Amino acid sequence: MDAARNLAYLISAVFFIFGLKGLSSPRTARRGNLLAVIGMAIAIFVTLLDKQIIDFTFIIVGIIVGSAIGAITARRVQMTAMPQMVAIFNGFGGGASALVALAEYNRFLATPRLDIVVTIVLSVFVGALTLTGSFIAFAKLQDLMKGTPIVFKFQQALNALLGVVFLVLAGIFVWNFSNVTALLLILVIASALGVLLVIPIGSADMPVVICLLNSYSGIAAAMTGFVLSNVVLIVSGALVGASGLILTHIMCVAMNRSLPNVVFGAVGVGGYGAAATGEKRYVTEYTEEDAAMMLEDAQSVIIIPGYGLAVAQAQFALHEMAQMLIDRGTTVRYAVHPVAGRMPGHMNVLLAEANVPYDLLLDLDEINDDFQHTDVALIIGANDVINPAARTEKDSPLYGMPILNADQAQTVIICKRSLSPGFSGVDNELFYDQKTMMIFGDGKASVQELVNLIKG
Amino acid sequence: MEGALLVSFYVFVLATFVGFEMITKVPPLLHTPLMSGSNGISGITLVGSLISAGTGHAGISKVLGLVAVIFATINVVGGFMVTDRMLARFKREPKKD
Repeated sequence: MDAARNLAYLISAVFFIFGLKGLSSPRTARRGNLLAVIGMAIAIFVTLLDKQIIDFTFIIVGIIVGSAIGAITARRVQMTAMPQMVAIFNGFGGGASALVALAEYNRFLATPRLDIVVTIVLSVFVGALTLTGSFIAFAKLQDLMKGTPIVFKFQQALNALLGVVFLVLAGIFVWNFSNVTALLLILVIASALGVLLVIPIGSADMPVVICLLNSYSGIAAAMTGFVLSNVVLIVSGALVGASGLILTHIMCVAMNRSLPNVVFGAVGVGGYGAAATGEKRYVTEYTEEDAAMMLEDAQSVIIIPGYGLAVAQAQFALHEMAQMLIDRGTTVRYAVHPVAGRMPGHMNVLLAEANVPYDLLLDLDEINDDFQHTDVALIIGANDVINPAARTEKDSPLYGMPILNADQAQTVIICKRSLSPGFSGVDNELFYDQKTMMIFGDGKASVQELVNLIKG
Repeated sequence: MEGALLVSFYVFVLATFVGFEMITKVPPLLHTPLMSGSNGISGITLVGSLISAGTGHAGISKVLGLVAVIFATINVVGGFMVTDRMLARFKREPKKD
């Protein structure tokens, strides 16, 4: 029976792998997700046949409550709120792993094995840290607490101290695993560390943190898999852990930051790269009419959307405009920078929601060589990701960051609220370029105006 | 090192490599569904929590198991459902003749 069950778990793990493989293309992605669901169903079904389960009351209650919360959240959540949702789900994943490890410890208190004890410690530590860290990330993204970094004196020292205390407690517990107090203290320290590690990180850096916590939730599941010697937990945990790590890396590269700098840098406290050159500079201001004429005459247009656009829900009007241009025979495409949203791939989801076909959504590498053959680059609410300083200015904080080559287009139209610099605080040379048309005002209103002008 | 743990470790390392291979092939277009789908997959801890919540003797293990079942089920149901909802919005450009 054990062999049959483990075989079923293996099949379920294979379904997860095929599910992820489906995500390699938008054509097969939905089917891939379904395969993962089937894998999950197999794993759950086989587990329910386990003869260790003799009382189904708690299981039924738990599944009903969890399903209701999960289903309602999944149906109601706004696409703009997806980062918060993923953040809190990371937390639940980590929490569940830590709880299972604690429950297992309690069940096998009489007959513990050394290897199991070690993995219990790791599972509790990573799981609890993920739980509290994710809750803080959620609170920051949901504006339940201030998005600015919270820093205090000796913060790093305190974190380091807690880390050392954890190692000592872990040593004590592994030495004598009937020492429940040590395990509970580990739980408390991990929970505190989760909070302390996330509060100094600003909202702008949350995409990296969510990816990292996503990875941790996977690692916690894998550790629980070690405790239970369960293949499907180990494989799934490893897959999620790897996924989160890759995304963390991608976001760090796209933001031109190192992981330690994001985690310990407390960027956004203020004074960072304030670009006060003193020199007064002038830009040529244009109106929506000028822009509409330019767009109507263009053969090819690349749109670069920024996050503010999506917050204002202006992507619907934007695509209406794009569709009108496409109907006139213009080639219109969207260039999506990895940090355009609040989590990896976020902007694509927001544009897909506005019925933008995914063939028109191109990422940095796919589209960057095309700007030089493009008539108009239309930029709405984006700034740092098109700043040429990233290419040339060695002492700029943006230097080295991958940017969209908007400046290579024949004409650049920038819709922006003001001349204020972006997150980086760096002035943008492109605003003052001769081929740039600056349109100041509310992004949504400007787009709506463009729609009306092109329609008329 | 115990044999079982060693085998577990083998599985973990090999699965991590498979994960890296698979995930690098996921285009940036689908990174958000990838993350919400990962939430669903990490809900696999449900398998462990079902046993804890279903064992006979009432006590702390069962209560911990119950909370774990709730957390993991939220992840499984919410994660997969929201992923499907997002992916349903990804459509190709209608071909014009």
